[in-house]
Amino acid sequence: MKIVIESRIETPRIIGVLVPVVSVGLALVFGGILMAVVGADPIETYSAMAEGAFGSPEQWKAGQYYSITETLVKAIPLMLTGLAVGVAFRMLFWNIGAEGQLVLGGVSASAIALWLADLVPGVPESAWVYLPVMAIAGIIAGGIWAVVPAILKAYLKVNEIITTLMLNYVAILWYQYLFNVAWKDPDGYGFPGSAKFGECCKIARISGRLHWGLGIAFVSAIAMWIVLDKTKWGYQIRLIGENTSAARYAGINIGKNIVGVMLLSGGLAGLAGMVEVAGISHSLQEGLNVGYGFTAIIISWLARLNPWGIVLVANMFAAILVGGDQIQMTMGLPGSVAHVLQGTMLFCVLGGEFFQRYRLAVKR
Amino acid sequence: MRGITKRFPGVIAADQVNFSVRKGEVHGLLGENGAGKTTLMSILCGLYMPDAGEIFLGSREGTVEKVHIGSPRKAIELGIGMVHQHFRLVQSHTVAENCILGLSDKKMMIDRKEISDRITGIGGRYRIHIEPNSYVWQLSIGEQQRVEILKMLYRNADILILDEPTAVLTPLESQELGRTLRTMAKEGKAVVFISHKLDEVMAFTDRVSVLRNGKNVKTVETKNTDKERLANLMVGRNVVFASERPVFKPRNKLLEVTGVTAQNDKGVTALVDVTFSVKSGEILGVAGVSGNGQQELAEVVTGLRKSTDGTVKVGGVDLTNKTADKFISNGVGHIPGDRIGVGLAGNLPVSDNLIMKAFRSDVVSKGIFLRHDAIRDYSNKLIEDFDVDTPDRNTPVRNLSGGNQQKAILAREIMARAEQGPGDNGLLVAVQPTRGLDVGATEAVRKLLLAQCMQGNAILLISDDLDEILSVSTNIAVMFSGKIMGIVDGDYADISEIGIMMAGGNVNEI
Repeated sequence: MKIVIESRIETPRIIGVLVPVVSVGLALVFGGILMAVVGADPIETYSAMAEGAFGSPEQWKAGQYYSITETLVKAIPLMLTGLAVGVAFRMLFWNIGAEGQLVLGGVSASAIALWLADLVPGVPESAWVYLPVMAIAGIIAGGIWAVVPAILKAYLKVNEIITTLMLNYVAILWYQYLFNVAWKDPDGYGFPGSAKFGECCKIARISGRLHWGLGIAFVSAIAMWIVLDKTKWGYQIRLIGENTSAARYAGINIGKNIVGVMLLSGGLAGLAGMVEVAGISHSLQEGLNVGYGFTAIIISWLARLNPWGIVLVANMFAAILVGGDQIQMTMGLPGSVAHVLQGTMLFCVLGGEFFQRYRLAVKR
Repeated sequence: MRGITKRFPGVIAADQVNFSVRKGEVHGLLGENGAGKTTLMSILCGLYMPDAGEIFLGSREGTVEKVHIGSPRKAIELGIGMVHQHFRLVQSHTVAENCILGLSDKKMMIDRKEISDRITGIGGRYRIHIEPNSYVWQLSIGEQQRVEILKMLYRNADILILDEPTAVLTPLESQELGRTLRTMAKEGKAVVFISHKLDEVMAFTDRVSVLRNGKNVKTVETKNTDKERLANLMVGRNVVFASERPVFKPRNKLLEVTGVTAQNDKGVTALVDVTFSVKSGEILGVAGVSGNGQQELAEVVTGLRKSTDGTVKVGGVDLTNKTADKFISNGVGHIPGDRIGVGLAGNLPVSDNLIMKAFRSDVVSKGIFLRHDAIRDYSNKLIEDFDVDTPDRNTPVRNLSGGNQQKAILAREIMARAEQGPGDNGLLVAVQPTRGLDVGATEAVRKLLLAQCMQGNAILLISDDLDEILSVSTNIAVMFSGKIMGIVDGDYADISEIGIMMAGGNVNEI
């Protein structure tokens, strides 16, 4: 009797679902062991996290949904950036730069919020004017930031992993310079950050801090699903991702598609930045580059690049993040437990990929 | 090998197969593609584990014992060596370095002199003449194949398996290989010669085993059989070997290539001043040993490679250095030589592969959207009309057999052109359309090509298989090192003249 590894000719459908689910389960077990090692009761910790992320029955009875809304608040940028990197990954373009694209989207949306009235005198102070213009500015800024590596890749074959990653730091440093120095509010009592936006630049709230950016994220997911599944463009992206030579042979212009997809990808990440400044901070200040763009990579990978999967996983990750903050406050455990959990999950999923392609068979 | 069974999901690649090869014989292994030849030999050389069955091996002392071949390394230890269709050589190393690659010699230093001497010794014994210190990249394909054989002999292989070795050789080189195989058998080696070329099997082997659908059909003495009977065993029915050439008058020129010069991927000139034309209703066969510019030629006339000089006109329209989609919309179909690498996206379903060319047209799309119901009908129609054997249109295309993959490509190329091309008259560029296909599928593919030609399309057929070129071409162009050595009329083609041109020799205008 011995166990041998065999390559699969065909991957059963069930494996595609089972692998992520088992991976998440395994990650929770590993996380639990880690908690036990640092002296916390895993079950107690997990239930505290769940309560932090979703609230308790008592809170719900009292009409307090603060926990759930906070989770959704975090889920919005995660969904948008998850979709952003997901579409690029479909084409095997490794956009590691969603973080920078998000940050620049936030910066340019802030610029519109702060100075549109100066640029275009007499512009009506209406959310119906300001918010679309801010969104477009965010999309354009994120798109441009993503198109630079796309052009370098398409026409000069420069490795996009390096360029997108490096451009993150350029974007982040610019953003920090702007809110700390150049755009710093003179009336801000010395605190870093731009002046507060006018009322017309704020996305309306639903409940607590939860705002209608949630709707934008869902609409984006629907749009992404339609593009990928229902259009010729989605078909071309799929073909390029599966076999670039075959796509070229089918008369598809690879360079053009790389640029197009990265415009879409960067645009979505930029939109996430706009939604963050217009929905939460209402000014350009610290807190845009908290790693959404990087977490998005894990999310889209866990979701197997499926738009609906990305929505689901983004919400799960938001819950883990908010739950992690909760145990930091109530149990005195480091909040980085949440990050450890995320990392373990990705680790397990990547390990699980193995079982998509191979199976273990028992041989005599 | 006794009772060997190997299952892959959905298929039994080898079903209770018995196979034996004797010391001192050349044993032909014949069968259609998917008959299990390669699977069986892969089991023998340790690449696959059989699900059932036993392997017995005679030792040099004359005893016979059961062996378990768990890895290629074990197979080499047992004296089993395989020359694969695609050579396993390091291009930038010398012949000698390739020979010792992977050998676990306990000595730390490499004694080059000793190795060279041994190689020369083996070469002399088996009449394989290769300079041990030349670099592999300097050698021709035929010479590289000899290096592979040398490598196996260097490893003291007693059983040599050659997987379709003549596919890459000129007729002359094939004959030479035949002599080498005979010599090896005479020296007491056991040689397994995998092929589906009946002429060669008849000429080179002592015995022939025929496989069909993963089962043994028969093992016969070569001298007691003939081509027709072997073909019969292989396919399970009678096959008629007859000239298939279409008979009618070619009409207007659909492809005109004038003075085209182009480079290959490495920036080396691969096509030199190539000029020819293909008329409506004509099949122009391009013969030549592979690697003499045929691939580049196919790419230039389908928009996948830029030429540095010259013009390419399709149906009178100048498409020189236009992109592939322009060629497609001007009615150029392309059956690429690399089916899996270029022609198909293996992980995508059959239907996605069938619309690779037609997805732009209104047949399956509307505006920017794809029409999923139209795609369903279109692919079902193609699957049915072209007799593509697949569980359904959602099966990943990589799970289809080679013949059915090729039928799917043909279906796509023929239909896409019918939908988009100007009228019926288009150009079909077919590169190695029957390579690796069994007799049945080959017949089907050739029939489709001929039917296309009869309808007034022009076909540029590029193939290493000279028999194929001879049997279907209206005219035959022979390529050698990027040049067209000559174009001869298919009706009066002389195989020896073509052979001379394939080797770069000059033949006076015919």
